[in-house]
Amino acid sequence: MSVIILLPLLGFLFSGLLGKLLPKQIVGWISTLVVIVSFCFSLNLFLEKLWLNESVSEKWFTFLQVGGMQIDFAFTFDRLSGWMTLIITGIGSLIHLYSIGYMKEDEGFHKFFAYLNLFIFNMLLLVLGSNFVMLFFGWEGVGLCSYLLIGFWYKNLNYGKAARKAFVMNRIGDLGLLLGLFLIFKEFKSFDYAIVFKQISAGLTPTTTLTSIALLLFVGAMGKSAQIPLFTWLPDAMAGPTPVSALIHAATMVTAGVYLVVRSQALYFQTAMASEVILWVGLATSLMAALIGLKQNDIKKVLAYSTVSQLGLMFVALGCGAYTAAMFHVTTHAFFKALLFLGSGSVIHGMHHEQDIRKMGGLKSKMPITYVTFLIGTLAITGFPFLSGFFSKDEILLHAFSHNPLVWGLALISASITGFYMFRMFFVTFHGTYRNTHYPLEKVHESPLTMTLPLMVLAILSVFGGILNLPHYFGHSISGLASNFFAPVYSFQEHTPEISASTEWTLLAAAVGVFLIAFLVMRNKYIAKNSIPENDEAMSGLGKVLANKFYVDEIYDIGVVAPVEITGTVTDGLIDDIAIKGITDGIGSSPGLLSKWLSRIQNGNIEYYLIYMVVAVSILLAINLF
Amino acid sequence: MILIFLPVFAAICIALGGKKINQWVAFLLAAIPMVFAVKLFFESGSGSAFNAFTLADYPWLSQNFRFTLGYDGLTGLMLLLTNGLIPFIVLSGIRDDENRVRNTALTLFMQGALNGVFMAKDGLMFYIFWELALLPIYFITLSMKHGNAFKITLRFFLYTFIGSLAMLASLMYVVIFKTNFSFAYNDLLNANYSLQESIWLGGGFLLAFAVKIPILPFHSWQADTYTHSPAVGSMLLSGIMLKMGLYGLIRWYLPVFPESIEFYKPIMISLSVAGVVYGAIIALRQQDLKRLIAFSSLSHVGLIAAGIFTLSLDGLQGAVLQMMVHGINVFGLFLVVDIIEQQVGSRNMVDLGGLAKTNRFFTIAFVIIALGATAVPLTNGFPGEFLLLKSIFNTQATMAVIAGTTIIFGAAYMLRMLQFSLFGEGETTLKQLNVGQWISLSVVVFFVLFLGLFPQVLLDSIQLSVNTIIELIKAKGVVS
Repeated sequence: MSVIILLPLLGFLFSGLLGKLLPKQIVGWISTLVVIVSFCFSLNLFLEKLWLNESVSEKWFTFLQVGGMQIDFAFTFDRLSGWMTLIITGIGSLIHLYSIGYMKEDEGFHKFFAYLNLFIFNMLLLVLGSNFVMLFFGWEGVGLCSYLLIGFWYKNLNYGKAARKAFVMNRIGDLGLLLGLFLIFKEFKSFDYAIVFKQISAGLTPTTTLTSIALLLFVGAMGKSAQIPLFTWLPDAMAGPTPVSALIHAATMVTAGVYLVVRSQALYFQTAMASEVILWVGLATSLMAALIGLKQNDIKKVLAYSTVSQLGLMFVALGCGAYTAAMFHVTTHAFFKALLFLGSGSVIHGMHHEQDIRKMGGLKSKMPITYVTFLIGTLAITGFPFLSGFFSKDEILLHAFSHNPLVWGLALISASITGFYMFRMFFVTFHGTYRNTHYPLEKVHESPLTMTLPLMVLAILSVFGGILNLPHYFGHSISGLASNFFAPVYSFQEHTPEISASTEWTLLAAAVGVFLIAFLVMRNKYIAKNSIPENDEAMSGLGKVLANKFYVDEIYDIGVVAPVEITGTVTDGLIDDIAIKGITDGIGSSPGLLSKWLSRIQNGNIEYYLIYMVVAVSILLAINLF
Repeated sequence: MILIFLPVFAAICIALGGKKINQWVAFLLAAIPMVFAVKLFFESGSGSAFNAFTLADYPWLSQNFRFTLGYDGLTGLMLLLTNGLIPFIVLSGIRDDENRVRNTALTLFMQGALNGVFMAKDGLMFYIFWELALLPIYFITLSMKHGNAFKITLRFFLYTFIGSLAMLASLMYVVIFKTNFSFAYNDLLNANYSLQESIWLGGGFLLAFAVKIPILPFHSWQADTYTHSPAVGSMLLSGIMLKMGLYGLIRWYLPVFPESIEFYKPIMISLSVAGVVYGAIIALRQQDLKRLIAFSSLSHVGLIAAGIFTLSLDGLQGAVLQMMVHGINVFGLFLVVDIIEQQVGSRNMVDLGGLAKTNRFFTIAFVIIALGATAVPLTNGFPGEFLLLKSIFNTQATMAVIAGTTIIFGAAYMLRMLQFSLFGEGETTLKQLNVGQWISLSVVVFFVLFLGLFPQVLLDSIQLSVNTIIELIKAKGVVS
């Protein structure tokens, strides 16, 4: 297992230290190979051990040992972490490959690959670590890589600002997570998953403590997985190169929050209150982000809000206790969202860094592979029957319905909005007429094979990903693969929604129905009528509010950032400079004997200091000698 | 003995040798004690308690008036820090101007005095070395190029002077009334104090230490002194000198006056935690890089002081670890800023930007050191901060929440510093570093990463000392 983790680290050191001396192609291929080999090793370990439901543990060294606390640098490859490892290294390989083409012209090529490798390493620490502190290492590590990669084009101050925003917002979540860890240790005297969850499952811990821990951990998850109120960094994170958006800000890092909750299912299983909080936060995030996505015109921003919205749905699943459904959606989402982001990258690449969909249009003839794969991604995410997203989303909706029909209704609305914004973007980008006056259509080109190959692989996965957890109506032999696979990981029997067959078919029909409505309405608007989204100035009313993301950034600026800065200025200027210094200097210049004495010291304080020292020491001596 | 007198002797040599002795020779002279400190660390190890083990003991002037040196893991680490940092300060922190020889000699002199502070096992020795260590720093800060140099140094002087007086008064009282005219550390430990006495006497020591650390509200000498001193002054002050205060807390306050701990504990934890947030919020608004580091230092050190007052194993161990780490990182940061100031001519964020384009090694080093100061996991800042926050959480959860904001603010001001000095479109450029600067930065970077992965190397060596101190406190009936 060490190989799986160490290879990306070696790749990072290699590209970081020697990358500048070598030709770009070599650096790119070596970094990519490292991840591919790591993937092969994980696959091998996966097939060898996990089918037998064995897990592999490995301890490297003791990181900290103080008193009764011992934190090991140790790893566990079990069914859950193994699954995540496959996603990380698998999707990671494809995105590395894609980056070779995408970043070809960039002067920071080797740096880019070094960071990507470092990210994979940290992500593996996060999921493979066998205790909460290891998770925290990876947790902060991926945050750091995210920061480095968002601000990759460091000359642009706005990108730098987005990068800092991402890191600082994540750290707000991290503080919650850290406090959760402290509380865990206080209660259970250990950070080890095995020990902690065993004690939790024993059921002797007071519910209030468990709820506090659960909520604190969830604060961490909110930061990393961009849930309300800590979601605004993710859309800004699109400042980074597009492969980064695909890998870090869609497929892997942002699902770390989901992983944390699933990993801690023993805890959340016992805290209905915390689960309910997760459910509603997820639902609110999902709806809000979907609405905002309706009015975005930057191709990557639409996808970013879509990601936030889908993450919200995953948390809805977690809140319902449907952990497998959440993991299933994590997986299919990794396929089709990586596909969509890489596809958007291909468009941006082909159009020479244009990201505004209003300046695109009619690209399907010029970029056939991108067009077809993007279509598949769009159909997958919007829930076209029998594609991967259809199954994973319906499983969540099903659980939501059995939990609370209201939740189901709202989640369905969110899912239908997905259809609206995705088809809007798709039609405006690829259909209609070409609208960019600065960059002639003739120059628009399809991307090279290193870029289109990952698109094709991901498209296949997006189509067939549903196989991983087919619903029961496909028959017992092939349905519920993931459910059966994850069952031993859970500390309890995961419940299957108890819904009559007729209700279930009605729900399915409703899901297909909203998909069809979204498709037809958008097709009518953007293809039949050939309209294009209005300019920023022309927006009004609700549309303007949505385009401006409900003004959340502005509210934070006024409500949080400004007060802190004003406090800082006031503290520095008034309290520190005038009040505290004033008092001390005041003593020095106050009239009377003290002042006179001190002012004499002013005449040459070092000499007086020496005298003082001599006197003081003599006094001590005198005491001693009499 | 060698650790104390060799640097003083070297200082005299340099003062006499004048300009003929270059920085490499001075580096070697300062590095010899490092060899001894390392040897001592591995030989005497950490297997002994300070009160039980005496390194050297000579009568001096009278039988009661002794030159006694002690050693344990805590002292060992402080010696490693002092003698490890000073050669590099000499090598890269002292500019080649008219004050070079003078500042070098003073730095070496200080090295001897600091070694004395950390090894002294006698109240009088401790006091004398404490004062001797302050002397060179006055001269160094006085050489600052700033209109208000005098006022700034005076403020610094007044603070430390009042603190020292308080400590002196306490010491005199103890010696006259309590220990039968003995200054020996163990006699101070074994003396019995009433609660009232302990509060007053301990308070005297505490004041001296609180000024040095500094703990809010005794900090107002700090920012100006750090900002306007020559780099070597800032490095010595923040890298090593303020550890005198923290070391004093652990060695000369907690076990000697445990009766008063219950009284001071809530006050000190509150003030320290307040300092954490106070320093961080001010740091957020600074334009001057040195000033920013000064306030970030106030914030970091507040956390250490709060951890010490939790009186717990993880709090104290985390504190000692963080003392080392803070010393290394703050030296690195001041060095980075000094390099920028030398080459660009300004250390104001407004004038900087775009340095990343011009010097790759410098950029990487700066980023790594800043990440260490931000306590990102797998850098050296993390394990200490983790232990400290955990210990505060166990004592008082709300305090940990407040102190914990340091991880948010710390990220904000450190990244802001990186952004405006290294990144962006600025046109400033950076030439090659000189060999000394290159070596120093590499060494700092190495320790940022090494201690980030293997903090246990240091923690093991202080386990016994910290345990002993906690035992001593408990022995006097104070429940921690």
